[in-house]
Amino acid sequence: MKLDTAKVLQKRKKQILELWMKNQLVDFSLREDLMSNDELAVQSEELVNVLLQTLDNGNIEDVQSPSFEPLYEVLESISLSRAKQGYSPRETGTFVFSLKDALLTTLQLEIKNDPQQLLEESMKVSRLIDSLGIVTFETFIKGREEVILRQTDEIAEISTPVIRVWDGIVAMPIIGTLDSSRTQVVMENLLQEIVLTSSSIAILDISGVPAVDSLVAQHLIKTVSATRLMGAECIISGIRPEIAQTVVHLGIDLSGIVTKATLASALRYAFSLVQLEVRKSNVK
Amino acid sequence: MVVFRNRLKEFAIKIGMGLVNQTKLITAASELSRNMLRYAGGGVVLIEIINGQRQNGLRLTFTDTGPGIPDIKEAMKDGYSTGKSLGLGLPGAKRLVSDFEIQSTVGKGTTITITKWKNG
Amino acid sequence: MDKIPILKIGHFLMVAIQVDLYDRLALNLEADLVQAVSKTGAKGVLIDISSVSIVDSFMGRILGNIAGMSKVLDADTVIVGMQPAVAITLVELGLPLRGVQTALNVEKGMELLQKKIKIIDEEEAFDDDSTLQ
Repeated sequence: MKLDTAKVLQKRKKQILELWMKNQLVDFSLREDLMSNDELAVQSEELVNVLLQTLDNGNIEDVQSPSFEPLYEVLESISLSRAKQGYSPRETGTFVFSLKDALLTTLQLEIKNDPQQLLEESMKVSRLIDSLGIVTFETFIKGREEVILRQTDEIAEISTPVIRVWDGIVAMPIIGTLDSSRTQVVMENLLQEIVLTSSSIAILDISGVPAVDSLVAQHLIKTVSATRLMGAECIISGIRPEIAQTVVHLGIDLSGIVTKATLASALRYAFSLVQLEVRKSNVK
Repeated sequence: MVVFRNRLKEFAIKIGMGLVNQTKLITAASELSRNMLRYAGGGVVLIEIINGQRQNGLRLTFTDTGPGIPDIKEAMKDGYSTGKSLGLGLPGAKRLVSDFEIQSTVGKGTTITITKWKNG
Repeated sequence: MDKIPILKIGHFLMVAIQVDLYDRLALNLEADLVQAVSKTGAKGVLIDISSVSIVDSFMGRILGNIAGMSKVLDADTVIVGMQPAVAITLVELGLPLRGVQTALNVEKGMELLQKKIKIIDEEEAFDDDSTLQ
């Protein structure tokens, strides 16, 4: 007797869905704080619907079959939204794998007296759900990566403020590592602010830069050169002793650049460049 | 030259490229097209908009049927020039774009493909 | 044919480049400017490139040439108003325009040139004094 697993499952759709929901609701990974049970039911039903619609005896053994396209799409969107909502990978994985239990239980009830066939069909279903699981994880990670990339952009945007410390003097504290894309943002903001305020001196404070290797040094030199091309002087301040050590050990040539230990001494130097003097007032 | 630069700028604006990257790309293109005019007496430039994983970009292909470059490694070094220029054309252009590919056969010509991503 | 006007202001010559230069125009500017420096005996040359959106290595070389040639004729050259994007591109290109002085805008460029001339004047005055003694 040849059994059509797809048909059998389609016939038992309601039962499968109920079973699956029941499994999910008792599982410890249920997150009522992130999604209401009603929403979960809608999501589950959508997935079961599309799974049973796309499933037929031809493709049940071929998980790569293009006919599964709509199924993968639904799964991807579910997984992506869960990644953004803050579900853990385990929770999202359990969501998909718990469907397997429901499907296998149903099969078991259907094929009672033929263990051989039950095994075969179970293997097929199992493989299919495993592949769905993999898609889920891939998409889940992609969703997380998108979150990370967005945050990276945000950090790049907010992490480079330019401060007007005096008429004609701007300062920019750099916090975090300088890579080439960040250097470009730093340069752009700094140079734009120089034009805007027609400042003749810019102070780049690197107290917040964890380490200076030859690459970071190169980026700093570039920034200084670009500032000079605009017609302004650039001072680098906030050089910690460790950084001074590495700079010398690595043989980095910073001789063309004015460097100061602290922002205060950089500012004092800047004042002297524009012939300003800071004095204590005599008023008591 | 000026017409080509303006055309390229239109494309760059169309994909929403920032001003700095626009300037870098146009400068690189300017270097390469100047090389083409000077050493090969002209050539063809193909401008394409490409879709990457994260962002769009522009790809430019410079093709000429000039004398070709005998030693590409040497030509990619700063300060190397067979003409009277500063020798920054090829290596400089490479630094200004995200991706740089060069193929050249002596006597047949040179093809250079550069790619610049919207934010890169 | 297009020509870029060269203005004489006091001891200085001033050029405002308002268009994107094509090669011929740039070469003409180089020749005209050097002629003008020699003819007027100018002490300084101010080149405003605030409207220039692209400076490639050719254009950079022309600017360097102008500075070098003027120097030989005893005039300082100051490039003013370079756009941030252009400055960043030049650094990346590897062309830091050594030997060329820069200033943020025309006003600051003028100040810079005036200061130079003053220093030279004072030195000359000092020299004169010493010869008297």
